[in-house]
Amino acid sequence: MHKFDVIVIGGGHAGAEAAAASARMGAATALVSFRRDMIGAMSCNPAIGGLGKGHLVREVDAFDGILARAADAAAIHYRMLNGSKGAAVQGPRIQADRALFKAAVHAMLNSQDNLTIIEGEAQALILQEGKLSGLRLGDGTELYTKAIVLATGTFLNGKMFCGEAQTPGGRVGEDAATTLGAQLRVLNLPLGRLKTGTPPRLDGRTIDWSALDIQHSDSGTWTFSDMTEKRTAPQLWCAITRTTQATHDVIRANLHRSPLFSGDIEGQGPRYCPSIEDKIHRFGDRDGHQIFLEPEGVDDPIIYPNGISTSLPEDVQLAFLRTISGLENVEIAQAGYAVEYDHIDPRALEPTLEIRALRGVYCAGQINGTTGYEEASAQGLIAGLNAAAAALDKDPIVLDRASSYIGVMIDDLVLQGITEPYRMLTARAEFRLRLRADNAATRLTPVAISTGCVGLARTAWFEARERDRLALIERLTTSFGRTSIGERQSQFDLIRTAGFIPDGEGVDAGILCEVIEDARYAPYIARQAAEVRAMRANEGIRIPQALDYATLAGLSTEMVERLSAARPTTLGAAERLRGVTPAALAAILVAAKRLAA
Amino acid sequence: MTDTIFALSSGLPPAGIAVVRISGPRAGEVLARLIGKLPKPRFARYSRLYDPADGAVLDDGLALWFAGPATATGEDLAELHLHGGRAVVAAVLACLGRQEGLRPATAGEYTRRAFENGRIDLAQAEGLADLLSAETEGQRQSALALAEGALGRKVTAWQRDLLRISAQLEADLDFSDEGDVSDGVSFRVQDGLAPMVADMAALLSSAPAERLRDGVRVVLAGPPNSGKSSLFNEMIGRHAAIVTDIAGTTRDRIEAPVVLDGVPLLLIDTAGLRDDVSDAVEAIGIERTGQALGEADIILWLGDEGDMPDGALLIAPKSDSGPSGPGLPVSVTTGAGTGELRSALLHRAHALLPKPGALALNARHRAVVRLVFAELTEAAIATDSLITAEHLRTARRVLDELTGKAGVEDMLDALFGAFCIGK
Repeated sequence: MHKFDVIVIGGGHAGAEAAAASARMGAATALVSFRRDMIGAMSCNPAIGGLGKGHLVREVDAFDGILARAADAAAIHYRMLNGSKGAAVQGPRIQADRALFKAAVHAMLNSQDNLTIIEGEAQALILQEGKLSGLRLGDGTELYTKAIVLATGTFLNGKMFCGEAQTPGGRVGEDAATTLGAQLRVLNLPLGRLKTGTPPRLDGRTIDWSALDIQHSDSGTWTFSDMTEKRTAPQLWCAITRTTQATHDVIRANLHRSPLFSGDIEGQGPRYCPSIEDKIHRFGDRDGHQIFLEPEGVDDPIIYPNGISTSLPEDVQLAFLRTISGLENVEIAQAGYAVEYDHIDPRALEPTLEIRALRGVYCAGQINGTTGYEEASAQGLIAGLNAAAAALDKDPIVLDRASSYIGVMIDDLVLQGITEPYRMLTARAEFRLRLRADNAATRLTPVAISTGCVGLARTAWFEARERDRLALIERLTTSFGRTSIGERQSQFDLIRTAGFIPDGEGVDAGILCEVIEDARYAPYIARQAAEVRAMRANEGIRIPQALDYATLAGLSTEMVERLSAARPTTLGAAERLRGVTPAALAAILVAAKRLAA
Repeated sequence: MTDTIFALSSGLPPAGIAVVRISGPRAGEVLARLIGKLPKPRFARYSRLYDPADGAVLDDGLALWFAGPATATGEDLAELHLHGGRAVVAAVLACLGRQEGLRPATAGEYTRRAFENGRIDLAQAEGLADLLSAETEGQRQSALALAEGALGRKVTAWQRDLLRISAQLEADLDFSDEGDVSDGVSFRVQDGLAPMVADMAALLSSAPAERLRDGVRVVLAGPPNSGKSSLFNEMIGRHAAIVTDIAGTTRDRIEAPVVLDGVPLLLIDTAGLRDDVSDAVEAIGIERTGQALGEADIILWLGDEGDMPDGALLIAPKSDSGPSGPGLPVSVTTGAGTGELRSALLHRAHALLPKPGALALNARHRAVVRLVFAELTEAAIATDSLITAEHLRTARRVLDELTGKAGVEDMLDALFGAFCIGK
């Protein structure tokens, strides 16, 4: 009863995905959460996907994960960002009904074989002679396990700020995991502190919608998951408004009351998701900043004003909100606040997300210094798969930078570390043209099937799809036509050179789009293939973990520090570390071969 | 598949012979294409080398074939022993570079392959690290010189501009859903790139730094027996070329470096040009003359005005032996006109050398600037912002290799510094 292969601590997006992935692998899995009813809660904005993030959702789906399906079940507004640009930078994004989302997550976890949900506080890791053997709960219960996934989000020593008021906790109305946090500090893991914030939630019944621009849902039929047949939830609209000079004046006059500026918050916040006080402070010359008013649900009057995260006191929040068009009489349902929390320096992790110094313990999500549901879920997937693989004595599952956004993110995290909460961007993926949201299944589902985490339904779907896709490519490369200057070319090439549009009769629309996009960028994808080959050659050379960089001649102190912190597992990874020179690589190569000899 | 690499493995030409090595999976295939068929392994074979593209003769030499893994690098390995002139070696290397799947080896790459394939032991490999750090020290010093020099300032400015333009483009790609960005992006990539592209074009058309080291290439050419070799000997002050009255005495090109008034010249005497050649050796000589003319900086033409290559300096040789045609009259016998020839030559040569203090690119820098120039030109004409971004990424990567800096993070820093991003 109290023995598991894998225990996942935390029921947010990382934890839920990790638990589901581990259970799909066939490992006896437990999910421990403070409150069962809060599993699958969306604590920040009620949206899934976006630029770069939409890729992650599709990649998790390619592994038969739960995020995409839950997003589809809850989607009340669809939008394909960058719809007019190439597919490689298109970002599917949906607004989610919070209640529907949570219900979908619960339904999937409840029906998942091999998974037990345990309500309680994860109080301490049980270590025997420095090795993980189990987990002690707040009520004294001891659970035995081979592997643990820490997905504690902002709950590790979490502290909330709303103006001058500070309260311990990871989310409004919930406790912080202070005991576990203290233990991690004692274990001497490298920790840092970050902050994030949320905007005030508004009562939609007090907003004057007639004054505002409306944004309707996309009329298309796309969904996030390959397993979702069609859109089901009713579609709602969003509205757009802007801050005004009067708003900025109110904020400027009260900057000293923001914990961000008074010095109370020490953690570094994200540059791409600044608080409204940060925006006014840094870009004060702008005459206004856009705000998206997003519904939180079909049966919910709460509105999420995207773009004005803040930790100013509640009276200031209300004062500045009422200077904004449409919000003149608005009421706040829940004040905005900032959260400061502990994270582990992700350079302490292996590419499997296992803590190098504490075998059997894996980390996923905000604890690794990332932000966003999608980033969390993608790490949860990898941590869950690897925890299960280790417990079941299977091979580890590592994705590289050329395979996926997941691979890019994890490589960035474990090699370079972070200085601000890490968010996915398409600019981070050097092989962006190959890594599209529309070809995630082609890229990753074969890998996923080989790990054993894919169910029968998806396997059958994928095999049929792959047959159709290859048949279409075969047809296009063996049928010929002529360019405008009369040159004979295959239809596949003509897509690029002459704007040829293949006959889509009887072909799945998704497959057709994917193949057309492949054809359009074929020369660039081929050029990148050479770069990928060079990268993978160096990925094949492993660096033994016993290598002591301090003993290598010719390495600068800075290089020794970076190499020792990140402990690259391959020569390729060492090469990507900032500031590592060719001479240093040669020295590492020689030392690695010597250790292996 | 591993790339196949090639490099000149002997010292810098000119030398008696030059050894070019080709290592990797395509070595055999390429060797067979160049000389017709693969020689018996481990036996030297006298062969004529042809450029597979047009069948032009590159050189006559020895070819050797070693099948992997029992080779110096542990891979398939081909060796060409060529005549050691600069032009021959350059032509063969250029031809190899055009073969699919082949690229020039980087510093230390043969040794590294040998090491990885277990062909050299640890003790030898310890030396490799030293060798590479010495090389890197050389690179560091040259990077340092670059950082302090005029080119360094230019490269830094290009990097800064490229980062700024990339950041704007990436902001448009990654944050287009956020009104604050699209408000601010009112620029055209083309406009941003134009000054940089013009700057690079000007630099690429300027005199190369190597001319100072290797000399301005002055080729003496014309019909047989027109007095090229006599003039050549006179100009270098010794009898390097055999002079007879027999037409076609000079069978191969002869090179001699001279310094005139501090200006380095490389004088090249060539086989006379005529059509009705029965002698195979003379035919090759004439083909090489064509090559030399192609690579010449200055041509001294000792023949009919009508046959003269464009831009050549017309010489009327043997001006002592009767009335001469148009052109600068020169007599080797009396010395008449040699002074005028000298000043005409110097006048032209000066214009071809980098001005003192002016920015001159060496071959490595020129190659990098040319690559970046090509990428930026493509970036500017692309109508798809994704393709533009991809060319800019490659351009940044190539420039970064020159200065040793790198990274997406630099671009993101530029991006976040310039835009108010985030909802």
